[in-house]
Amino acid sequence: MKHLGNPTKAIVAALALAALTGPALAQQGLDEPFQKPFKEALAGKTVAYVPVAMNFDLTEGWYAGLKKELEPFGVKFVIRDANWNTNAGAQAVTSLISEKPAVMVVHNPDVQTYAKLLQRAENEGIYVIQINMGSAYRSSAFVGANWVEIGERQTEGVVKACEGKSNKIAIIQGALSAAASAYTLKGVENVLAKHPEIKVVSSQAADWDAAKAKAITQTVLKQNPDLCGIVGFWDGMDIGTAAAVKEAGLTGKVFLATSGGGERKGACELVKSGAFDLNMSYDVPTQAAQMAGTIKFLLSSGAKPGSIKGSEYTTLIPITKENADSQTACWNLSDLKK
Amino acid sequence: MKRFRFNQQEIVFAVFALLFLVFSIFLSGFLTADNMLTLLQNVAVLGILGLAMAIVVIGRGIDISLIAALAVPPGLVLQMVQNGHSLPFSLLVAVLLTIAFGLVNGWLIAYAEVPSLFATLATGLLLAGLGQAVLFQLDVVQWSPGMNGFERLGQGTILGIPTSIWMFAIACIVVAFLLRQTRWGAYIYAIGDNPYAARVTGIPSRPIIVLQYVITALIGCFAGLVLAASVNSMPTRIFNSTLIYDVILVVVLGGIGLSGGRGGVLNVIIGTLLIGTMLNGMTIMDISYAGQNLIKGVVLLLAVITDSFLNPRNEETAQQGDI
Repeated sequence: MKHLGNPTKAIVAALALAALTGPALAQQGLDEPFQKPFKEALAGKTVAYVPVAMNFDLTEGWYAGLKKELEPFGVKFVIRDANWNTNAGAQAVTSLISEKPAVMVVHNPDVQTYAKLLQRAENEGIYVIQINMGSAYRSSAFVGANWVEIGERQTEGVVKACEGKSNKIAIIQGALSAAASAYTLKGVENVLAKHPEIKVVSSQAADWDAAKAKAITQTVLKQNPDLCGIVGFWDGMDIGTAAAVKEAGLTGKVFLATSGGGERKGACELVKSGAFDLNMSYDVPTQAAQMAGTIKFLLSSGAKPGSIKGSEYTTLIPITKENADSQTACWNLSDLKK
Repeated sequence: MKRFRFNQQEIVFAVFALLFLVFSIFLSGFLTADNMLTLLQNVAVLGILGLAMAIVVIGRGIDISLIAALAVPPGLVLQMVQNGHSLPFSLLVAVLLTIAFGLVNGWLIAYAEVPSLFATLATGLLLAGLGQAVLFQLDVVQWSPGMNGFERLGQGTILGIPTSIWMFAIACIVVAFLLRQTRWGAYIYAIGDNPYAARVTGIPSRPIIVLQYVITALIGCFAGLVLAASVNSMPTRIFNSTLIYDVILVVVLGGIGLSGGRGGVLNVIIGTLLIGTMLNGMTIMDISYAGQNLIKGVVLLLAVITDSFLNPRNEETAQQGDI
């Protein structure tokens, strides 16, 4: 067995060989087997986006984020703006079904209207991703805020601020037809059920309208100057609520909790100025990134639309005086559009 | 024998007085000085819009585009200041835009003879669309530091009375002066009462109609500035809301007949007070949104029916397509 040489020599020889051939292999490169099918799965595909309306921070933010993530891969990104018109939205979804995009990203105005249409779309082979406002039909993916949780956490904040005070609170709801408003209200009720000492002196819908919110809040504050907290359902509307609190000279005395997409001007700056005490943000850029990630995953998975169904509820960011100054709590629409 | 009849203004005033009395007795916290001021403050913008609408309705027209004039030029002011322009320059641009808009409305109605309902429906959409597509980045145009000081137009108090009530009062005085003290005001009534007779007597009816729409748009813009100042932002989506129906409600309820030539500032004030009392009372009672809409709808319906009974259509001058 001597002629085989000793094992040390053999190892040295093998290492020397490896040292010689190794760099040569690296120069040739190693093909990563999955990136090409991924690119092919995305290139030339159409993603259709149906928001309830453009021109507000949430939908503009999602649009900019999706575009940024998907267009570099050769995805064609089309938009059908329903412009607050449920019928127009349903028509857009219907016509999209015949146009057959690969993916539809749908922002529902309510729970029922699009439900049947979305089911049809998935049967026709279109992935449907529902965002922030789900419908009664569960599609491939839901990406968005958990409204019940938002209501719960806002109310918890208000209840805590009311400790040792009058325990009188007011609720400024959005539009009655909007599920986001109804779900948030459920969250509010969940917490209030645990706190029987809290008295709701007013619970009114302001229709997402700042002027109406202001009028309601003014009247409520005149009737109950010792109010200790307000649960508002959207920061765009609660600018009016905050203006009423400020005019009554009660800023800092009445705890105002609201929620929104976390755009800097609408959220952080208003928290900094003391208009809002708590703004539950569902961080739109992160939501957009999650939507884009889901689209990439679905397209590259080759799964049959409707065969897998999952949810990605957003991790909420509570914006208060403590973090309103930070760079990361809020986002700028102008940066996202760059 | 002369029949004893109430006119609509008196009926509405009686309803307002009754409602006010009932709320005062049964609703604790209604009849306080503070609540009265809140009541007025909450309807001040609506009242200003009512004055604007009254001018064209008296001239036998209607301006559905009023909410666009309320939303877009003031929104433009906020947007321009946000983009770094000075406040006076932005205000100037907004006023010029408003005047141009009023001229387009007036020209369409007076010279192209498009019925006012259709003309303003279209121009309103046009202006709102222009705002959404070209002028604004977002639906809600936020206040920016360059606007500081301007919020006093809609917030705070002067001599203990909220500023927006003063603004309503000023608008009332200006419009009352225009309608009752100037020759133009008399012409507006004449045109509203009988446009053909007005033209035959030598009243320059077409320029006067243009003037009506320019003034209406300017008052609408003023109301928008007060609104923006009071909520520290301009929610331009208000164009899609039902505010225009509330404005028509105020005008018709107050007793300004849609057939033109009747009514004045006092009618707007009464209509505004009634709406204000209703809204305030319903908010204190915490009536649901749907319930409030139902009540408002019934009241408008009653007002329109009463209007057509008390101000029957003028058989001599009424035309198909008139409202």
